[in-house]
Amino acid sequence: MENNNPLSPHLQIYKWQISSLLSITHRIVGVVNFFAIILICLWIGFIISGQSNYSNISIILNSSFGKFLAISLCWTFSFHILNEIRHLCWDAGYGYDLKIAKITGVLALIGSFILTILFYILGRNFF
Amino acid sequence: MAQFNLPQNSKIEVGKYFKDKTDSKNLRKINVYRWDPSSGKNPRIDTYEVDMDNCGPKVLDILFKIKNDIDSSLTFRRSCAHGVCGSCAMNIDGVNGLACIKSHTDISGDLNIYPLPHLKVVKDLIGDLTTLYKQYESIQPWLKVDQTGEEKNELKQSQKDREKLDGYYECILCACCSTSCPSYWWNGDKYLGPAVLLQAYRWINDSRDGDKKERLKKVADELKLYRCHTIMNCTNSCPKGLNPAKAIGSIKKMLATS
Repeated sequence: MENNNPLSPHLQIYKWQISSLLSITHRIVGVVNFFAIILICLWIGFIISGQSNYSNISIILNSSFGKFLAISLCWTFSFHILNEIRHLCWDAGYGYDLKIAKITGVLALIGSFILTILFYILGRNFF
Repeated sequence: MAQFNLPQNSKIEVGKYFKDKTDSKNLRKINVYRWDPSSGKNPRIDTYEVDMDNCGPKVLDILFKIKNDIDSSLTFRRSCAHGVCGSCAMNIDGVNGLACIKSHTDISGDLNIYPLPHLKVVKDLIGDLTTLYKQYESIQPWLKVDQTGEEKNELKQSQKDREKLDGYYECILCACCSTSCPSYWWNGDKYLGPAVLLQAYRWINDSRDGDKKERLKKVADELKLYRCHTIMNCTNSCPKGLNPAKAIGSIKKMLATS
């Protein structure tokens, strides 16, 4: 017999923890990065096919939208890299302690912003 | 695909408001999830004004005060009231825990009390844990040895081997962890969930058990085990301070290195 009783509320009422927020962010950012890499490959493909394409792309990238996109992608990659290091440590059996997991989580988040700024400065000055 | 919204018959409505009749100055609003199977209506949130000057320190004390003084129809499970039996597991202020050991003074503002998340509600604060118990049975939570009949000997365990069970044998199966896990919400029929996996690890890790390989093989499954994405809601909610995330990680590591 099918149970027609109501389902108790879950996502609607459960309080977000740092750990769960970072976990869902990791997943979303992973999907974003997947599409970002496709986009980057397409850009490179365009550039190969001629100079006019190159100037078009550089116009797009130098617009405020392009800059926003570039900085956002710097952040998504930074965050994914740092949080993935956390996951690697977990897989090796370290860092499961609640306190340590919280600290590494916050570190990954702060680190991702620092890394984004570094990426941006590096990119601006050297390439 | 996971369903993020509540089904139509589970949408929560505004319920009754029980105004204080004691003229107390120290009132607190308690919002409690209510559902009566005989009413045929949707679940609702009833709000009670409770006189905190004459109420014990724990959330369970509040529930008892409501049941004894205000509304005797309120239904919840409880037994030991000392954090040993795990009966009064529920969602308090957005996080799962045991009502009997959770101080209401730790929570500011109105107090929201719901049943454990993503379970079929039996009545009010009681969720149906049948699936979890079946999954618990599936990991065969008992000692398996090759000895038969009359040659049965005492199984000795060194202190060192015994220490390996610390942090795992204390689990009281209150289901706080499993019902806090989003992976278990979306895949609860296949994914074993933190509580059962912690128990599985407890038996895998027991030096007296003779079935370690079989146990590992049984649990090594894309859905049964690897749906754990280290969200760590389980460890955050465990009222006994255990670490199911670490237990699951240890099983994964054992499988990767054996």
